[in-house]
Amino acid sequence: MSELALRTDALGRTYRKARKRWWKRTDPAASKEFVALDGVSLEVKPGELFGLLGPNGAGKTTLIKILTTLLAPSSGRAWVDGLDVVADAKALRPFINMVSGGESSGYGILSVRENLWLFSRIYGVANAVINQRIDAMLAVVDLADKANSRVSHLSTGQRQKMNFCRGFITDPKVLFLDEPTLGLDVTAARNIRKFVKEWIAEKPGRTMLLTTHYMAEADELCDRLAIIDKGKLLACDTPANLKRQVQQHSIFELSHTPGSGGLIEVAGLPGVHQATTTETPTSIELKVLLREESAIGGVVQQVVQSGGRILTLKKVEPTLEDVFIELVGHGLNA
Amino acid sequence: MRPALELFWKAMMARTYPRVAWMFRHRTWLIQETLLPMLSVIALANVYRWMHAPVQYIGIVILGAAMTAFWLNVLWSLGAHLYWERDSGNLELYILCPAPMMGILAGMALGGLTMTIVRAAAIVTTGVLLFDVPLEPTSWWLLGLIFLLTMVSLYGLGMMFASVFLLFGREAWHTVNLLQEPIYLMTGMNFPLVALEKMTHWAIPAAALLIPLTAGMDAMRQVLFRSEGFLNLWYEVPLLGVMSVGFILLAKRFLDVLERKAKEEGKLTVKWQ
Ligand SMILES: Nc1ncnc2c1ncn2[C@@H]1O[C@H](COP(=O)(O)OP(=O)(O)O)[C@@H](O)[C@H]1O
Ligand SMILES: [Mg+2]
Repeated sequence: MSELALRTDALGRTYRKARKRWWKRTDPAASKEFVALDGVSLEVKPGELFGLLGPNGAGKTTLIKILTTLLAPSSGRAWVDGLDVVADAKALRPFINMVSGGESSGYGILSVRENLWLFSRIYGVANAVINQRIDAMLAVVDLADKANSRVSHLSTGQRQKMNFCRGFITDPKVLFLDEPTLGLDVTAARNIRKFVKEWIAEKPGRTMLLTTHYMAEADELCDRLAIIDKGKLLACDTPANLKRQVQQHSIFELSHTPGSGGLIEVAGLPGVHQATTTETPTSIELKVLLREESAIGGVVQQVVQSGGRILTLKKVEPTLEDVFIELVGHGLNA
Repeated sequence: MRPALELFWKAMMARTYPRVAWMFRHRTWLIQETLLPMLSVIALANVYRWMHAPVQYIGIVILGAAMTAFWLNVLWSLGAHLYWERDSGNLELYILCPAPMMGILAGMALGGLTMTIVRAAAIVTTGVLLFDVPLEPTSWWLLGLIFLLTMVSLYGLGMMFASVFLLFGREAWHTVNLLQEPIYLMTGMNFPLVALEKMTHWAIPAAALLIPLTAGMDAMRQVLFRSEGFLNLWYEVPLLGVMSVGFILLAKRFLDVLERKAKEEGKLTVKWQ
C-alpha cells in the first residue's frame, strides 16, 4: 500500500439534505439522503498527474475533500501517501495541500504577499524561504506586480491566481487542485497548465490530483484520468486508451442551418452509432459517430432533405468528450 | 523549541497578524476605539463626581469600562470569528494545515486582545489624567498577575464561545448577546460587586463569578483601591487560575467536537462547487 500515492477502496459519501442538528433527534425518514460518491476505488502511483473528469455535481470535490481530511467518508476507506485519511489525518496534513478554483479565502486587508506568508506559516515554512517561493510563484501566474496590493483590491481572477500559488509554496508531496483554471482567461490557464506539468516533472515522488470539467485540459495534462458521473467511477485509464474505446468509429462534425421541421433526426439512420446536436444562435452543430464511414452519405442526405443547408462538414479525431458521451449517454455540459 | 510547539507559535503569530495589520490600516479605528469609549466614561465619572462620591468610585467605573472592553471584544469579535472564517473559506484551510486549530484560535484571541488593550489604555489614561484617580496598588506584581489571569480565562472563554457558536448556530450567539445588559449588571461594571450583594442576594454575584470578568474586576479593585471585595482576593486569584485552565481545555474539547461534526455533516464550508 505504501508504494501508492493515493488509494481509495469502495469510497462512498452521503449527504443529508435536511438540516439536522446533532443535539436534536430528527425523524430519519424526514431527512433525505443524497449519494454524492458511490463505491469509488482508485489507485494513483507517486509521480502521476491524475485527473478526475466529470460534469458539475459528479462528486469530484467531495472526493477531494475526503482525501484532504476535510470530509468524513460515509463508507469505504482512503489512503494518501500510505496514511489513512480518517485515522491518520494529523500525520498526513504536513504533506498535502489543496487549492480550489472557486475559493474566496484570504484576508482582504492583507496584501498578496502577506496572505501567502500567513498560509505558509501555518505549515511551519521558515521565513527565509517563504519570500523566495512567493516571488517564484507570483512570476508563474504573472502576479508579481500585485505582490504588495491589498487582496480586497484584486479581481476574482487575480485572487484565484494568488490561491493557486498558496498550494505550491508549502511544497506538498501530494497536491490537490480542484478546477484550478475555472474562469481564468486563456493565457492564464495555459500558463498554469504549463507550470503544473513542470512541477510534477521537477521532483520525483510528487503527485497531483486535479479535477476539471474541461475535456481538453484533462487530455493535455493528465497521465491517467478517471471519468466520474453521479458519484460513480465510469472509467479509469490514460487519455489515449480512453479515446481508443471510440476509435473504431468515424467521427464527423457537421454544421447546418435548421431544417423546416425544427431539429433533424439522424440517430436512427443506418450505420449511425450515436449523434449529438448542439444549437448555437446561428447554426446547429451535429456530431455523429459512424460504424462505417460511408454512412455519412445518408446523414448528409437526411439533413438536406429536411430543408437544412450544410455550412461545414469535417472529419475529426476522437476526443474525451466522445468517450464521455459513449459512457454516460449525454454530453458533459448537457 | 519542540516542533509541535514551534508550529503552534507560528500559527498563533500568523493569525494575530491580520488583526494587528487591520488596526494600523483602518484610519477611523483609532477614533472609534479610543475617543468614543472615553466619552461615556467621562459622562459616568462626572455623575459620581457630582454626587460627591469618593474618588475610588470613579476609579471603579474607569476600571469597569476598561475591563468590559475586553468582554465585548470576546463576545462580539472572537465569538463570531469562526463563523466569518468559515464563510470566507479560511476555516477549511486552517483545518487542512498541520498547525493545531488551537494555535489559530489563540492567534484570533491575541489579535483581539492587542486591539482592545489600546482601547482599555485610552480609557484608563483618561481617568487618571482627567479625574485624578490615584494609581497606588498594594502590589503592581499582584495587579499584573490578576490582569493576566483574567485575560487568559476571559479569552479562553471566548475561544470556547467561538466553537460553541459555530456548532450550535447563530441562535446561541444571539442568546448570549441578549445577556449583554444583565451581564453588565451582574459583573459589576459600574459599581462594586458587594453593592450587588447588598441589593439582591449573594447568589447573584456568586453566579457572576463564572464570568472571569467578575472575579478579575473585583480582585483588581481590591488591589488598586483597597476597596471591599465580594470575595477575598486570595480566593479570587486561584479561581481565575482554575478558570484559565478550565476554559482553555473546554475550548479545545469543543473545537474537537466541532471539527468532527463538521466533517461528518460536510459543513466546514458553506459553498461547494
Ligand atoms: N455539504 C453538502 N451538503 C449537501 N450536498 C452537498 C454538499 N456538498 C456537495 N453536495 C452535493 O453533492 C453532489 C456532488 O457535489 P461535488 O462533489 O461538489 O461535485 P463536483 O465537484 O463534481 O461538481 C452535488 O449534487 C452537490 O449538490
Ligand atoms: Mg467541484
